[in-house]
Amino acid sequence: MVKGNATWAIYCSFILALMLSAMPLPNGLEWGWPEWVPMVLIYWCMALPHRVGLGTAWVLGLLVDLLQSSYLGLNALSLVLIAWITCLLYRRLRMYRMLQQALAVLLLIALNQFISRWGQALSGNTASNLMYLLPTLVSALVWPWLFVVLRSLRQALRVN
Amino acid sequence: MFKASRTQSKLLGYTLLAIALIFADYNFPQTKQIRIWMTLLVTPIQWLVDLPGQTWTRLNELVMAREHLLEQNRQLRIQNLLDQRQIQKLAALTVENYRLRGLLNAAEKLDEKVILSELIGLNPDPFVHQVIINSGSEDGVVLGQPVIDSTGVMGQVCMLGPYTSRVLLVSDSNHAIPVQINRNGLRTVAYGQGNYDYLALADLADTEDIRVGDILVSSGLGLRFPVGYPVAEVTEVIHDPGRAFAQVKAKPTAQLSNSRQLLLVKIGYKHRPADLDLSNWDQ
Repeated sequence: MVKGNATWAIYCSFILALMLSAMPLPNGLEWGWPEWVPMVLIYWCMALPHRVGLGTAWVLGLLVDLLQSSYLGLNALSLVLIAWITCLLYRRLRMYRMLQQALAVLLLIALNQFISRWGQALSGNTASNLMYLLPTLVSALVWPWLFVVLRSLRQALRVN
Repeated sequence: MFKASRTQSKLLGYTLLAIALIFADYNFPQTKQIRIWMTLLVTPIQWLVDLPGQTWTRLNELVMAREHLLEQNRQLRIQNLLDQRQIQKLAALTVENYRLRGLLNAAEKLDEKVILSELIGLNPDPFVHQVIINSGSEDGVVLGQPVIDSTGVMGQVCMLGPYTSRVLLVSDSNHAIPVQINRNGLRTVAYGQGNYDYLALADLADTEDIRVGDILVSSGLGLRFPVGYPVAEVTEVIHDPGRAFAQVKAKPTAQLSNSRQLLLVKIGYKHRPADLDLSNWDQ
């Protein structure tokens, strides 16, 4: 992460996203829980591509792997890919209307889900169930709100 | 142009690094130790996530009405009395069991000690049935240690950290536990199916005597779990003439998705000689 002002705000939002993703949920709800960490990463890559990039994504992915006890590097891989695509397209994403942005987020989160499903298959969990795609849809629905919250945070703290 | 190529080489580097890590984690079990130390990094996050729940419980205890507490106390006293009665009987039965085993020249009776532990988190991935508990190697937990709750076998410790560890539940699709039917001693294996509601008994012949309502207890074979703890109750037996084996489902007796207090059982599978020493039975 390149030096800049209010770096702590970025860190805090990541930690909060990690906490949300690790939260114990009532039975059944965990299937439809948004993918907080990739979404927050997408936001920061879109808003500040010169500060939040592949390195941040990689470290973040490693932390997610530790929390989920998936294969080390699995989420790092998917988050790096997401960060790369977002950093490539950030100008276009910024110009998009909210609906288009949500669709882009849908695709990016779907990529994340496919990779983590692949990891589960690697660890011998082959239960076939399309439920793992549900967070994709939920994340896309949550995106506009998350975007507004993070943008107001960024503007209030003048993170740039 | 220069910037784009730099990003691409970065992408290549990080991707290769991630894939190398996955490869190492998949192929070399030695990486487990590194992982355990790295888990310390996320322990504060797990702890923070659990904090609101803990605080809520504490606050609830703090502002609970006096009458309510008195009532609760009364009920616990009664429960305690009833349990004590059971234990008295148990002590006599245990001694009797020792003697009978002595007569039969049976090899051993297990000494079991327990560590009390509390659940502090769940695995966020719904495909993986693991819970995180607040004791680790510093508290004397060992890898593979069986975990039970008040009603049955929960699972076993699959990843050990210094202060926290992960418990693989019996319902995880990577878990299997050797069991026997309490009624007739028929031995089999209960496989987790990735569903909290049932385990599958996959290798029972159609002619085996198994009925709905049978209790499955751990058989102790495999030397991982202690003998005789309830694991599941048979809920469904399907005899399909087209299949070689009966299809049997059993519901885990442990409260897999809502237990907070867990017990880690320490088992010493030491083969004792047949002449039993009853003096070290501390009940």
